Amino acid sequence: MSTLVAVLRRAGFYLLALWAAVTVNFVVPRLMPGDPATALVGRLQGKLDAAALEALRTSFGLSDAPWWRQYLDYLGAVARGDLGVSIAFFPAPVTEVVGGALAWTVLLAGTATLLSFVIGSALGVLVAWRRSGRLDAWLPPLLVLLGAFPYFWLAMLAVHVLGFELGWFPVRHAYDASVSPGWTWAFLASAVRHAVLPALTLVVATVGSWTLGMRSVALGVLGEPWLDHAHARGLPPSRIAWAYVARNALLPQLAGFGMALGYVLGGALLTEVVFAWPGTGHLMLQAVRAQDQALLQGLFLAVSVGVIGANALVDGLTAWLDPRVRRAA
Amino acid sequence: MSRTLRLGLTLVGAIVLLAVVGPALVGDPDALVARPLEPPSAAHWLGTTGQGQDVLAQLVWGARTTLRVSVLAGAAMVGLGALVGVAGGYLRGGADRVGSLLTQLFLVLPGLPLMVVVAAWLPPGPSTIAVVLALTGWAWNARVLRAATLALRERDFVRAAELAGEPGWRVVALELGPHLLPLLGAALVGATVYALGAQVGLEFLGLGDLDAVTWGTSLYWASNDAALLTGSWWTFVPTGVLVALTGSGLTLIQMGLDELAHPRLRAVREAEARTGRRWTGVTPVLERPRD
Repeated sequence: MSTLVAVLRRAGFYLLALWAAVTVNFVVPRLMPGDPATALVGRLQGKLDAAALEALRTSFGLSDAPWWRQYLDYLGAVARGDLGVSIAFFPAPVTEVVGGALAWTVLLAGTATLLSFVIGSALGVLVAWRRSGRLDAWLPPLLVLLGAFPYFWLAMLAVHVLGFELGWFPVRHAYDASVSPGWTWAFLASAVRHAVLPALTLVVATVGSWTLGMRSVALGVLGEPWLDHAHARGLPPSRIAWAYVARNALLPQLAGFGMALGYVLGGALLTEVVFAWPGTGHLMLQAVRAQDQALLQGLFLAVSVGVIGANALVDGLTAWLDPRVRRAA
Repeated sequence: MSRTLRLGLTLVGAIVLLAVVGPALVGDPDALVARPLEPPSAAHWLGTTGQGQDVLAQLVWGARTTLRVSVLAGAAMVGLGALVGVAGGYLRGGADRVGSLLTQLFLVLPGLPLMVVVAAWLPPGPSTIAVVLALTGWAWNARVLRAATLALRERDFVRAAELAGEPGWRVVALELGPHLLPLLGAALVGATVYALGAQVGLEFLGLGDLDAVTWGTSLYWASNDAALLTGSWWTFVPTGVLVALTGSGLTLIQMGLDELAHPRLRAVREAEARTGRRWTGVTPVLERPRD
């Protein structure tokens, strides 16, 4: 019974988070000083046709209706899945523009994050276990340094060295212009070849934080008295390292996973800009440049829904893996 | 002092020195001194930008603005986080429930997209960036400080101060404060690193003041002036290296402070000194040395 209450409470929280994301979208453009919206609409008058201008007005809330009326209208529109019309890609609806980009981002950021999490966590246990060995002397500082480079800068360097100088990888977009998207070998091969460099950049940039996080949690676990007991019982060291230390240190890592996701996603968005990867980050830049408020709102909403959903998933996974979480809930 | 801490302090010290003293030694970063995209030479050690400005001068002046905004934004993040976290942890009840809920909400909203949405419509400039970073990045600090406050407030000396009739603000400032200080220091270092990365990222997207000389706008211009297409590595490599050295220096300081705060981490070193061999596996339990 109490489990049900806890699950419902968590679900309620995530609903609240969704509502907050929608509300941020509504409030931010209306809070801006000096009314940039009117200025923008004025500047674009004559350049855009009447329907586009009307879409712009709606997304800025330039209407005479009282704010609560506009707010209810906005909530209603979002609930119906109507995010307005994009200015940059007029007259495509925002949902359509965002939907295509979201798939590319999930593919890139998702793969890179999973790889980085698995490699990083395994390295972390290894480094903590041999914490005065040679590996621990140079790997953590190196990873700290790598993690401190801006993601997009690593991407620029990768493009410069591996793309232009050596010519090993394509440097722009997600597939060759000569192939059309579809479930064909030519397209898939092209997509994989294009994904290697951006994914590699993301893994290199993020693997350090997982290693260091795992190392620090594992060091804490290594000091636990029940490990002295396991040691005294004569369990083989490899069993202690992987079945006892790694397993226990993984749980806090997993809890951090949900939160790190938003951060990693931010980095992935910047990486996309460098590679002109047709995902949400690249699109976000286009929205900013074209001052396409509806598209920017739609992107923020889509990305928020993704991160919130992933957090909910991680919550469930943690509860499933860790009986203590279930009991505390 | 550990090797980690020493290395971090040296790195950060050198870069701060560069930001403080450097601008007096190089020329005007905005002056057009040579042809665009000239490779490094004796006259211009790091070459010129796509507009013909001296890269070294831009780098040094950029250090000043960038570091100032990072520290300011980092301090604001920790300040806001401490306000919500310590107040919530100490007062508990309704105020804590509201504070915790806000903290959790901000933790699950994706940071960079939120920053972009907010920054897109504010007048561009370093102070805007600092405000945006503070508003979107305080939640993690609030969470850490709330947990620490909750643990501290059950301790006997806090109870004693309360029973003696001390007002709440005095208990927080004089009893909790000193114990939270190391944590606040570590949080400030961490928040500055975060602010540095986020600031450079936002400016790279063109959301900063494009006329200002900062590391982020340098990278924005490098990418806009087709540095990659022309192979002009000198317009973006030095900037990224400096960002990374600053960030890693600060992180090393944080790790070094961590080691100071957790004596159990030092047990391994002591065991090695006593046994004369490298230690692997479970943290040793040491017998107290006999006098």
